[in-house]
Amino acid sequence: MKIRFWGTRGSIPVALTSEQIRGKLIAALNAACGKSLDSPAAIENFVDGLPFAVRGTYGGHSSSLEVERGNEAVSNSHILFDFGSGARALGQAMLARHGTTPQTYHVFMSHLHWDHIMGFPFFAPAYIPGNRIVIHSGHARAAEAFTRQQEDPGFPVGFDHFGAQIEFDVIEPGRRIAIADFHVTAKKQRHGGDSYGWRLECDERVCVYSTDSEHRLEDLDERSAFGEFFAGADLVVFDAMYSLADAISVKADWGHSSNIVGVELCQLACARRLALFHHEPSSDDAQIDGVLQETRRFEALTRENEALEIFSACDGLVIDL
Amino acid sequence: MDTPVRQIGNVRVVAPQGRVDQATAEALRLSLEPHLAACTANAAPLILDFSGVPYISSVGLRVLMLAGRQVTAQQGRLAIAALQPVVREVFQISRFDMVFKLYDSVDAAAAALAT
Ligand SMILES: [Zn+2]
Ligand SMILES: [Zn+2]
Repeated sequence: MKIRFWGTRGSIPVALTSEQIRGKLIAALNAACGKSLDSPAAIENFVDGLPFAVRGTYGGHSSSLEVERGNEAVSNSHILFDFGSGARALGQAMLARHGTTPQTYHVFMSHLHWDHIMGFPFFAPAYIPGNRIVIHSGHARAAEAFTRQQEDPGFPVGFDHFGAQIEFDVIEPGRRIAIADFHVTAKKQRHGGDSYGWRLECDERVCVYSTDSEHRLEDLDERSAFGEFFAGADLVVFDAMYSLADAISVKADWGHSSNIVGVELCQLACARRLALFHHEPSSDDAQIDGVLQETRRFEALTRENEALEIFSACDGLVIDL
Repeated sequence: MDTPVRQIGNVRVVAPQGRVDQATAEALRLSLEPHLAACTANAAPLILDFSGVPYISSVGLRVLMLAGRQVTAQQGRLAIAALQPVVREVFQISRFDMVFKLYDSVDAAAAALAT
């Protein structure tokens, strides 16, 4: 199983500013001082060796993931999580890969907040006749949310303009069901209007997508339920938008969690990898990098058994499970 | 949880002993209760001497968050002192170092609160 991140930012898409790009250029040129970069290869080598926050960016698209099993070319079936703004580029990539050959997309929705559905009107496969898009959701009002965002006067292209066959499937949490080559289980999470986490299993690999989810530390039943939901996962994609202090004080009830709770739950569940996800829009690349280093340090301080591999999800990242 | 209490000048010092995690956080909360209740505007300031705490998890930090909130509402004064290096790092990573004023030693905290 391969997980490809197309959007990793929380709440609203963001873009690098000129000032931030200038900062990266200055940092790179400072690092280049005194080095003999006298060939294109030497320059490329040097750039590739710079810290990620200097040579790259975590990206600014809101939630969108693709799960690959490796047999998509023959099965014409695809698994996605959420339709944030990252779904636009994902749709373009699908067109480039598959052209107008009919494809089926199974999309598992965390919830219906704007940052998780806004990419759908720009998801090009939806306009191609012969395609089938099944939107799986824990929310009974998914169809309403998707159609409403394209109603006049909000958007010029109504839902009836899509060429693809679009279906809505409401899934009851707690039941393990078979979809395409996968088994999937939904779990209700604490978030304004509720959200759902998804445990996806295939070929003896497990990926859990758990975003927009607040955790009540004092609720022991909730904690052990998440421990079970994450149990033995090869990857947990986790809403780590806030610091722990913020998440339980000024931003309590805002529906998000922290890096600390992500590590604790993954350790409880003996999960293998943790992807920090739903990055705070006001965080720059250096800040996200800093939180990643701190989270790895926290994991090392608290490790009792196997090490938990931690990274921070960025747009374009591919994880092989 | 074992939480010996001592007095330095007019400052009350409470010293929790042992890990503060899922298993012990509620015990810490209960043992702090009377001291927090007494920590009001004109009463003795309260110092939590953390030298005997080798580790604190998120649920323990939550107990401290609630303690800090209660004391602030009562206009009392509360500080945390003498954190072991690992615990200080956990405070920093969780941003609890921005919630509490941390002191390197109980004496430093007592001197600061006595003024
Ligand atoms: Zn969101
Ligand atoms: Zn949301």
